[in-house]
Amino acid sequence: MRVVAERVSKTYTARLGHPVEALRDVSLAVGAEEFVALLGPSGCGKSTLLSIVAGLLRPSAGHVFLEGELAPGQSATAMVFQEFALFPWRTVQTNVEFGLEELGVRARERAARARDYIALTGLGGFEARYPHQLSGGMRQRVGIARALAVDPAVLLMDEPFSALDAQTRQLMQEELLLIWERTRKTILYVTHNIQEAVYLADRVVVLSRRPGRVLAMVPVELGRPRAEALLGKPEFAEAVERIWALIKGEAQRALEEAR
Amino acid sequence: MSARIPVPDRAPALERRDHPALRVAALVALLVLWELVTRTGRIPALFLPSPLGVIDAGVEMVRSGELVSHIATSLRRIVLGFGLGALGGVSVGLAVGFWSVAAAVGNPLIAATFPIPKIALLPLLILWLGIGEASKVAVITLGVFFPMAINTYTGVRTADPLLIRAAASFGAGRWSLIRKVLLPSALPMIFAGLKLGAGTALLLLVAAEMIAANAGIGFLILHAQNLMETTKLMVGIVLLSLLGVASHWLLVRLERAAIPWKAP
Repeated sequence: MRVVAERVSKTYTARLGHPVEALRDVSLAVGAEEFVALLGPSGCGKSTLLSIVAGLLRPSAGHVFLEGELAPGQSATAMVFQEFALFPWRTVQTNVEFGLEELGVRARERAARARDYIALTGLGGFEARYPHQLSGGMRQRVGIARALAVDPAVLLMDEPFSALDAQTRQLMQEELLLIWERTRKTILYVTHNIQEAVYLADRVVVLSRRPGRVLAMVPVELGRPRAEALLGKPEFAEAVERIWALIKGEAQRALEEAR
Repeated sequence: MSARIPVPDRAPALERRDHPALRVAALVALLVLWELVTRTGRIPALFLPSPLGVIDAGVEMVRSGELVSHIATSLRRIVLGFGLGALGGVSVGLAVGFWSVAAAVGNPLIAATFPIPKIALLPLLILWLGIGEASKVAVITLGVFFPMAINTYTGVRTADPLLIRAAASFGAGRWSLIRKVLLPSALPMIFAGLKLGAGTALLLLVAAEMIAANAGIGFLILHAQNLMETTKLMVGIVLLSLLGVASHWLLVRLERAAIPWKAP
């Protein structure tokens, strides 16, 4: 499944105060089975773009559409949230079943599909736990399992690991890569972390600060499968450096504006 | 050599201990004191009967069947009124919390009628529904309805927008949102409302039974006073206290069963 955004703009109109222009003329195509990272400073509208692709927000101008075939029982998109957004009153099992319920999948098949993704994300044995009984990393596994369970054509990830501690984040990134190798989803991944973007993605789309525009599209030519060892390699450092050079000016200007 | 300076102990400011024995002792002490005061003979039994006398009278009234019929009458009224009020209040609270149209219609109506002390409506309700059970149940229903509606509304409005977004991102429609996100989000507030409503219900029950009834605990208390049977009057009051404690206990149990995701 491909994701196409054509000249998408978004302006938030507040009842009080000035309208805020979050995105300006963003055009972007994510290929089938491609892993694209949307990189930008905070407040650059990258989460806004993700919400538009998820259908949770309407663009002020432009279109977003998907291209491809949707199998029955398959969801167009599914989202993994930065703050996990698990339902505290549901167990791991029923949280993962949530999207399947909304798709109208029968109870027995629902339970079986949820169990598959619970196993895939390493949550086996925790089915009956409530979110508050889990660590941050475990919670986000539930978030990922819940999104994968609806077999989305496009997986949307909104800074999924930024609320985790550095060690857990590293482990989760590797697991995400393993899962992606197996499922080959089209992934649109929002992050403000250059290393993370380079480590995970096939292509990094760099957004400017507000209003968000596409500054550059940088292919990451590091080969796959990738593993932790890559982080120490010079070619990895070079790729990070190249992108940092692109956005350093932007980041500095953002810092000065904030003063 | 340098001196050893002890780390200042700041823990006492943060400690809060539990005193289970003291809780029981306080209750027992009150009863013993009460019994001793009545034993001195300084206070006539007409003003303050002894606790043992009250227990004796209670046992006697149970035996004669008098107490059981009063309790049954009162329980029927309060359970019916509480149930209807809670159901109505939760439904209206959910609707007003979710639909802007319901909020536009409901909010001013609730704001205008909420401040009326519900017991003031009893004469009107008797006029409309007759002097029988309906008017008493109705006044309790009204008394429970408002705290339930307002609490449910607050619970819905304070539901985490992130969870609503998450549910919507999986294609949840309005009914799913209400049933699977807003209602469970509001449950803690709903239970706070139920506890509040239980107190109101007891108050209105007694008031209604004192104004216009020939059975029930409120009637028992007023009737005993008219006959100068202070011991029976005290039986009624102790009964109300027990009823209040029992309903609270039941609601706490129910809350634990209904909200298992809250850390114990």
